[in-house]
Amino acid sequence: MALLEVRDLQTYFYTIRGIVKAVDKVSFDLEKGEVLGLAGESGCGKSTIAWSLLGLVPPPGRIVGGSIKIDGNDITKMGEPEIRRKIRWKKISMIFQGAMNALTPVYTIGYQIAEPLIYHMGLSKKEAYERAAELLASVGLSKEFLNRYPHQLSGGQKQRVVIAMALVLEPDIVIADEPTTALDVVVQYQVINLLKRINREKKIAMIVISHDLSLIAQMADKVAIMYAGRIVEYGPSEKVFNDPQHPYTQLLLKAIPRLRGPKEKLAYIPGQPPDLRNPPTGCRFHPRCPFAFDRCYKEDPELVKLDKNHYASCFLLEEKGVGGL
Amino acid sequence: MSKDLLLDVENLKVYFPVRRSISEFLAMKPRRFVRAVDGISFKIRIGESLCLVGESGSGKTTTGKAILGLVPISGGSVKYRPKEETVKVLREEGVEFVDGFVDIAKLRFKQMKPLRKEIQIVFQDPYGSLNPRYTIGRILEEPLIIHGIGETSEERIEMVARALENVKLIPPEDFMERYPHQLSGGQRQRVAIARAFITNPGLVIADEPVSMLDVSIRAEILELLNTLREKNNTSMIFITHDLAIARYACERIAIMYLGKIVEIGDVDMVIQNPIHPYTKALIEAIFEPDPSMRHKIKEIPIKGEIPSAVNIPAGCRFHPRCVELDQDRKTLESYCLMKEPSLEKPIIDAEPERAVACWKYIERR
Repeated sequence: MALLEVRDLQTYFYTIRGIVKAVDKVSFDLEKGEVLGLAGESGCGKSTIAWSLLGLVPPPGRIVGGSIKIDGNDITKMGEPEIRRKIRWKKISMIFQGAMNALTPVYTIGYQIAEPLIYHMGLSKKEAYERAAELLASVGLSKEFLNRYPHQLSGGQKQRVVIAMALVLEPDIVIADEPTTALDVVVQYQVINLLKRINREKKIAMIVISHDLSLIAQMADKVAIMYAGRIVEYGPSEKVFNDPQHPYTQLLLKAIPRLRGPKEKLAYIPGQPPDLRNPPTGCRFHPRCPFAFDRCYKEDPELVKLDKNHYASCFLLEEKGVGGL
Repeated sequence: MSKDLLLDVENLKVYFPVRRSISEFLAMKPRRFVRAVDGISFKIRIGESLCLVGESGSGKTTTGKAILGLVPISGGSVKYRPKEETVKVLREEGVEFVDGFVDIAKLRFKQMKPLRKEIQIVFQDPYGSLNPRYTIGRILEEPLIIHGIGETSEERIEMVARALENVKLIPPEDFMERYPHQLSGGQRQRVAIARAFITNPGLVIADEPVSMLDVSIRAEILELLNTLREKNNTSMIFITHDLAIARYACERIAIMYLGKIVEIGDVDMVIQNPIHPYTKALIEAIFEPDPSMRHKIKEIPIKGEIPSAVNIPAGCRFHPRCVELDQDRKTLESYCLMKEPSLEKPIIDAEPERAVACWKYIERR
């Protein structure tokens, strides 16, 4: 049994102007200590998946179908009090996008880290601060930071604090949603190194969410490429990056400007992702796909197994008979 | 000065005063400054594109704003060669010319207006840079009205339609009627580009024009910028924090650190063979879409964090973070810690256009 099993997850937002199918039948697994990369353009549903896993989908959104099993327990069947007591932050925690700007300016870093330990774990103030100091050390910050306020920290240091906060209750899974946005390249590199170390040393499984495939390649053992609320390709990193099968993945990889190697002309995908209130019929990628044919307009492709653990949803792959592997 | 030169920035400085606290004021402490741009020099030829690359706080955006006359220039000169018709207008205003160049640093705010037609900008945020209450047609007509281009309304609308076609917003009649909120981010950025090019400028400053867009459409916008630029023989200053994008956007590159240019040269050569320790660190820090990278944890050759632009370190401003200084501390200490290096031709082998500001690689005097 995998540590995390997501099956046919559907998270919809019931807005006045229609139902937004932000996540539509998404399935994946995560093993202990493994890193999954969730990649896709803005609005493809990657952050909504993260919120669903924590039971934090903001209204008017809610999970309408599928299951999320953590250690075999389905959290979609749990009430909020149970999730709060057993799951959130203990089993699965999250580094929210832009969280470093959400630190409270009026409390010290030490207090902000120690607070949940005092109120949730019943530690004494002294014990909690000692634990906070340990956590800071594990993200490469010295004890002195306990008494500092957020405004005295640089962006990279604040991001380290936010990472420490996600580790407070020693979760099995940490979700990192765009963990390096708004950080400079040098600091970004250091933060990713830190996440790699935490993953290795503490055997914590991670889900890294980003629009940046290069960033995902730095960490992920397997990758799920999302488009318009669906996973269109899913497999081990080596397969997805080196031998992509879905046209969307292929184009996306060719669109990344690279610093090394020959300077090839960059590809781009004309058009824009669809409005999820009213997604295109058939394959959702067909309006932007250079290989689209009749069938793509009418039928919705299923994920086809291409190889061990490697899946993609495209009729071309079915027709080519790659699915026979 | 050579005939094909368009812009000559020399020792440009932009300082912003820091407000003193009451105690500082009473103690008569001198006013302190954020030295956002601290003496930079570069040249741009007609039709050439230059990338300014650096981390946040390196002064790259301030440099762009200074050239546009949007921030007061504290020192140095920004010499620009306007087109014939603008020269006439400027002369009527009583502006001095030297060899056909006008010094933007010396112009009064009002005198800048004729030059704004010639130096245009594309902002980073296509959601914030278009007036939500104007139609796309009106947004593009605005600069024409302001600068008195086109005799009649019909003539202007014709120009707007052509501008929209140039940025591939087709059919133009359809887009002219729409409002910004009806367009996607990529389409809005194309409107912003059309607006920048509609006055037929000599220089376009593009400030992170693709960093808010999705990866799948970035290449399209880059290509569009370069097509328009080549077609009109327009020069471009492309401001970005991303070296990989710079590689695809420009011909030359200038790496900035804390208000100074530390290295400048041909974009491919600088990336292949960086000389300044800071450039080397930046290049090391760029991720590649190669999944085998996940098995290694490699440190980048740089120490600490970027200091505040109020307290710029003495000597070479990069020395507290430099790893090459540590390797060769004995020979370099008296220079790096004491004297500021200037941007010069390196003493090691490099192509003729390269210049670098590092005591290890320039002649020590």
